[in-house]
Amino acid sequence: MLLLIIRRLALGLLVLSVVAFISFVMFTYVGDPVQSMLGQEATVADREALMERLGLNDPFFVQFGKFLGRILQGDFGVSYRLSRPVNQLILERLPATLELALVSALFASVFGLILGLYTAINRGGLIANFIMSTSLIGVSLPTFLIGILLIWVFSVELGWFPSFGRRGLVDVGLWQTGLLTIEGWKSLLLPALTLGLYQMTLIMRLVRSEMIQVLGSDFIRFSRARGLKERQVLFAHALKNTLIPVITVAGLQLGTIVAFAVVTETVFQWPGVGLLFINSVAFPDVPVMAAYLLLVAVVFVVINLIVDLTYFMIDPRLRLDDKR
Amino acid sequence: MFKSDFVQALLRSPVSLVALVLVIILVGSAIFAPWIAPHRPFDPSSLNLMDGFTKPMEPNMFTGNVFLLGTDDQGRDVFSTILYGLRISLLVGGAAVGLALIIGVTLGLVSGFVGGWVDSVIMRIADIQMTFPSILIALLIFGVAKGLTPVDQRDNVALLVLILSIGLSEWVPFARTVRGVTLVEREKDYVASAQLIGLSRLTILFRHILPNVLSPVLVIATIMLALAIIAEATLSFLGVGAPPTKPSLGTLIRVGQDFLFSGEWWILFFPAATLLVLALSTNLLGDWLRDYFNPNLK
Repeated sequence: MLLLIIRRLALGLLVLSVVAFISFVMFTYVGDPVQSMLGQEATVADREALMERLGLNDPFFVQFGKFLGRILQGDFGVSYRLSRPVNQLILERLPATLELALVSALFASVFGLILGLYTAINRGGLIANFIMSTSLIGVSLPTFLIGILLIWVFSVELGWFPSFGRRGLVDVGLWQTGLLTIEGWKSLLLPALTLGLYQMTLIMRLVRSEMIQVLGSDFIRFSRARGLKERQVLFAHALKNTLIPVITVAGLQLGTIVAFAVVTETVFQWPGVGLLFINSVAFPDVPVMAAYLLLVAVVFVVINLIVDLTYFMIDPRLRLDDKR
Repeated sequence: MFKSDFVQALLRSPVSLVALVLVIILVGSAIFAPWIAPHRPFDPSSLNLMDGFTKPMEPNMFTGNVFLLGTDDQGRDVFSTILYGLRISLLVGGAAVGLALIIGVTLGLVSGFVGGWVDSVIMRIADIQMTFPSILIALLIFGVAKGLTPVDQRDNVALLVLILSIGLSEWVPFARTVRGVTLVEREKDYVASAQLIGLSRLTILFRHILPNVLSPVLVIATIMLALAIIAEATLSFLGVGAPPTKPSLGTLIRVGQDFLFSGEWWILFFPAATLLVLALSTNLLGDWLRDYFNPNLK
């Protein structure tokens, strides 16, 4: 077990260092930030001064060393597009993305679990079949189309929810939250639904197939033979055994949610990190892209690690593998 | 034998048959777009601004012209823009999958056949890339490529960059599957015989092993095509894909979204519906192919 954790950590560190190197290479070779920041009418002296200020005159390895040192201190340089420190830009926008991701992950897990259990238990039923075929469309539908569809129905036609932006914000210390007001929840609901729908269908289908498999196994038949109540069989015995793969996938999907937040945030003009990233790609604003890349890499590595560890905590059989 | 078997299996699954027909119709109308399209939407001299915002199947207030699916703000026929958009979407999607296939199959073959540190390096790269969703990788490659091209060339190379970024972000499934199959194939007798008669490793790899790994590759290619089309639409929707001068379905949806609030729903609705049908039928076809070639997975 310890060996495995160390191996996972090593792979995680490898991923992070590769990503750091890619970010640095991007920094060094992509675009001419000086040109884009100064515009057409800059003098040679302006140019030199800015290059010195951005540290672009140093040799390659010195720059890489400085780069690593800086990112370890949380300094990601200055945005080419907005001329402001990147870490400040990201910190400002992080609460919006995190709240969106968490709410949609919660929505996806809860509804995915409920619908998955329902369709597994009532297999072949009319409603269950309907849910299953609708979910196929849900999987094929691109995220941005779901978002537009929801805006069309609930904002344009019905006028129930705002079609863009993040409202009803309250300051809690340094954190600006939208979770404390009705206004905030109203503006969060559609984006969270859009972001979570795909993950929900995925979790639902997974729960369903796992549950069906478990329900067919001997120990379930045996517990029925023991005369246990149906509810006890389903939720105490069967459900417990379906949860392991579900947790793995749901955990890994959390990372995907963070990634697809880019799309959702664009559709709803949600002022999060993803929208910042998209605007940077279109510019292109390399420091912000690099910082976002590193941020996502850290998130992914940490999530993968946590998922692996939960896996071991939940399933005691896996701990035995060490002795082989 | 194979063909009649294939057709029989297809006939037994009406859903896949419908999907196949839809894919054929969509691909056909994309190929023959210049002949089918009633208008030339991207030739400014053929446009009449007075035709703008015509509702589907209703005569225009000023000119009296009727358009099957209406017109957009510039008076472009929505039906024609969809046909041309479909062309770009399928072109980019198909080329991206082709690129991913070539890279993935080659790396998979080499990885499985050569083994050793080559295998480890290729598979570690695949692991690292798989850690991130492909849309992020495509976005990243797009940003980098955009930064590397001169500003005045960007619109011209946009489609090429798009193909490159989606292709490079989707090679991993090909490589993994091909590697797995190659590992099995290289132990077989025909490979040993080929080695005995002194064929070069390159010949064995590409003339003998390659044909045997193709059926799973076909299945993955179909599924990846659906993903690539969606990826292209997503990137174009985000404004980092096909430029407005060469719009794909995603670009059309991006443009159409602005008119939703003012009630011109058809500018958005029809491209979106086309994309949905395209993605859904390709997906269904891919699923069916997978079941056909590998019944165990059902």
